[in-house]
Amino acid sequence: MSERQLVAGNIAVAMGALAAGCRHYFGYPITPQSDIPAYMSAELRKLGGTFIQAESEIASINMLLGASACGFRAMTSSSSPGISLKQEGISYMAGSELPGLIVNICRSGPGLGGIDASQADYFQSVKTGGHGGYRTIVVAPASVQEMYDLTILSFDLSDRYRMPALLLADSLVGQMKEALELKPYTLPSDLPAKEWAVTGKLWRSDQRIVKSLYLGEGELEQHNWKLWRRAEELKEKEQRSEGKYLDDAKLIVTGFGSAARIAKTAVEMAREAGMQVGFLRPITLFPFPEKAFAEATVSCKQLLCVELSTGQMVEDVRLSVARDAEVAFYGRPPGTGSLPTPEELFAQIQKHYGKGA
Amino acid sequence: MKTVFSRPASLKDVATHFCPGCQHGLIHRLVADAMDHFGVQQQTIGVASVGCSVFLYEYFDIDVVEAPHGRAPAVATGVKRARPESCVFTYQGDGDLAAIGTSEIIHAANRGENFTALFVNNTTYGMTGGQMAPTTLPGQRSLTSPEGRDVALDGYPMRMAEVIAALDGTAYSVRVAVNSPKNILAAGKAIKKAFEYQLENKGFAFVEVLSSCPTNWGMDALAANERVETEMIPYFNLGTFKERS
Repeated sequence: MSERQLVAGNIAVAMGALAAGCRHYFGYPITPQSDIPAYMSAELRKLGGTFIQAESEIASINMLLGASACGFRAMTSSSSPGISLKQEGISYMAGSELPGLIVNICRSGPGLGGIDASQADYFQSVKTGGHGGYRTIVVAPASVQEMYDLTILSFDLSDRYRMPALLLADSLVGQMKEALELKPYTLPSDLPAKEWAVTGKLWRSDQRIVKSLYLGEGELEQHNWKLWRRAEELKEKEQRSEGKYLDDAKLIVTGFGSAARIAKTAVEMAREAGMQVGFLRPITLFPFPEKAFAEATVSCKQLLCVELSTGQMVEDVRLSVARDAEVAFYGRPPGTGSLPTPEELFAQIQKHYGKGA
Repeated sequence: MKTVFSRPASLKDVATHFCPGCQHGLIHRLVADAMDHFGVQQQTIGVASVGCSVFLYEYFDIDVVEAPHGRAPAVATGVKRARPESCVFTYQGDGDLAAIGTSEIIHAANRGENFTALFVNNTTYGMTGGQMAPTTLPGQRSLTSPEGRDVALDGYPMRMAEVIAALDGTAYSVRVAVNSPKNILAAGKAIKKAFEYQLENKGFAFVEVLSSCPTNWGMDALAANERVETEMIPYFNLGTFKERS
C-alpha cells in the first residue's frame, strides 16, 4: 500500500526527485522555491548524494551539466530571474543531448517583479529560453500530487529523449499543502542505457565526448536535424492533458497549472448552473497537447483560455484548435492581488457562453 | 634497445590545429605525461573550455566534456562530485578563466574541489583574434587596446595564481612557464604535482602556465619566447604560492 502525506508542492518535487533516483542537486537561493534546496540539503547528504549551494545560478546549471554528462539523474531548481541566468547552460545541455531536470517555481516579472503566482514564463519555457533553436520537455503540474508525479515523469522523458526537462509551476502550486500519495517508482525497463556518459575510458578504447561544437562540413546541420527528429517523436508520443465534460461542451475553458485549478472550479459552477461547459488542461506544455485540442474542437467551436499573464499559451491553443473554432482570452498579469477568483472566471464563462452557437 | 623518448599514450598521434609557435601543444604534452606517469588515462575525464583549447578531445585520448565559456570549474565540480573515483582536470585560457569565468574558478577553489585546474595565460584572447584579456600587460597593444592597455581605464592584469593561493580551499597553486627547456621541465613537474594532489585527495590544485601567442602578438616564436622572459615573468612571477602538505 502506498503512503499518504500532507506536504507542500515544493517538497513534493524534492520527494519525487529522490524517488526517481536523483542524487545530485545544485541550486542557488531564490523565493519562492527555497523549500526545495532546504529539503534536498538535509536528505541528499544522508543518502550519500551531492548537494551544492552554488555561487550562482550559472554555476549550478553547469554543475548539473557535469553530473548529467556522467550519466546520473541530476537537477536544479530556481525561479524566473534565476532561470533566465541558467539559459546559457540549458542551451548547452540541449546541444550536448543531456538530460536533467530544471524546476521553475515562477515569480512575477519582468525584472525583479514580485513573488506572486505567475505564468508569464510560458514563452521562455516553451518557445526556447536560450540561444540556438532547441526544444526542452516542459511539464505544468496543477496539484501537489502532480508536482511529485510530473517530477518523476520529467526524469523518465528526459532520459528517453536526451533533452533537458523543465517543470513549470508557481508559488500557488509550490507552497500549498495537499495530500500526496507516495507511489512506488520503478525505472522503465525500456529506457536506453546511457552509452554516451563520460566515466573515464575504463575498459573502453573509444573516447566518449559530450559536446555541442560541430565544425565539420555538414555536421551541425545533421546534429540539428537529429535534435528536431527527437522533438518530433516527443510530440507524437508524449502529449498529455486532462479533459472533463468535453463530450457535450458548447464552451471549453482551458488553462494550465494554478490558473487551471481556479478555472476548473468555475467550470463546476457553470455545470451546476446547467451550462454545458467543458474543461481541457494541458499537462505537458511541450509537447503541447494539440491532438486533444483538435479533437475537442471538432464539435465545440468556442474556447476560453485563462492565464496568469497577458496571454501566452493562448497562441498555442489557437494553433491547435479546428480552423473555425474561436478562442477568447482572459488573463490577469501577475502581481499582488491579481489572482482571479472562481466567480470572476465564472462571469467570463457567462460572457462567452453561447456566442459560438 | 632502450626507449628514451616517446609520445605519451594519453596523447593522440595527430597534427594539431594550433598556430606555428603556439605552446598549447607543448602544454598538452606535459598534461599527457602527467596522466601517463600516474597511469590514470583510463580514469580521467577532461573538461574543455571555450577558446583555442576547446578541441581537447581531438588531442587527448580520454573522455571529455565540453563546458560553456568560463564554466569549466562548475562543470568539473559536477563531474568530480558525481564520479569521485575519476581523475578530473580543467584546461582554460585567460579570457575564459580570469574574465567571464572568474566566479566559477574562485568558488571551485574555495570549496576545495578535488580536481586539477590548468590555466594557460598568454595575455590575449587567441581564438577571437587578439583582444585585450584580463592578463594583458600594461601598455600591451591588442585589437581592443590599440594604444596599449591603459591601467587608468582598463584596470590591471590579474595575477590569478596569487588570487587562487589566497583562498583557504586551495591546496596547491603555482605559476610556471614553457619558454625555455629549463622552464618546461619545471612546468612538467608542477603539473605532475597538481595531479598528485588530486589523486591523494588533497584538494584543489591550480597551475598557471605562462604561454606565448606569436600570431596575436605579431612575433615569431623565438621573439615570443623572449617576450615571456622579459615582459611576462617580471609581472607574473614564477613560483609556488600555496603548497599544503
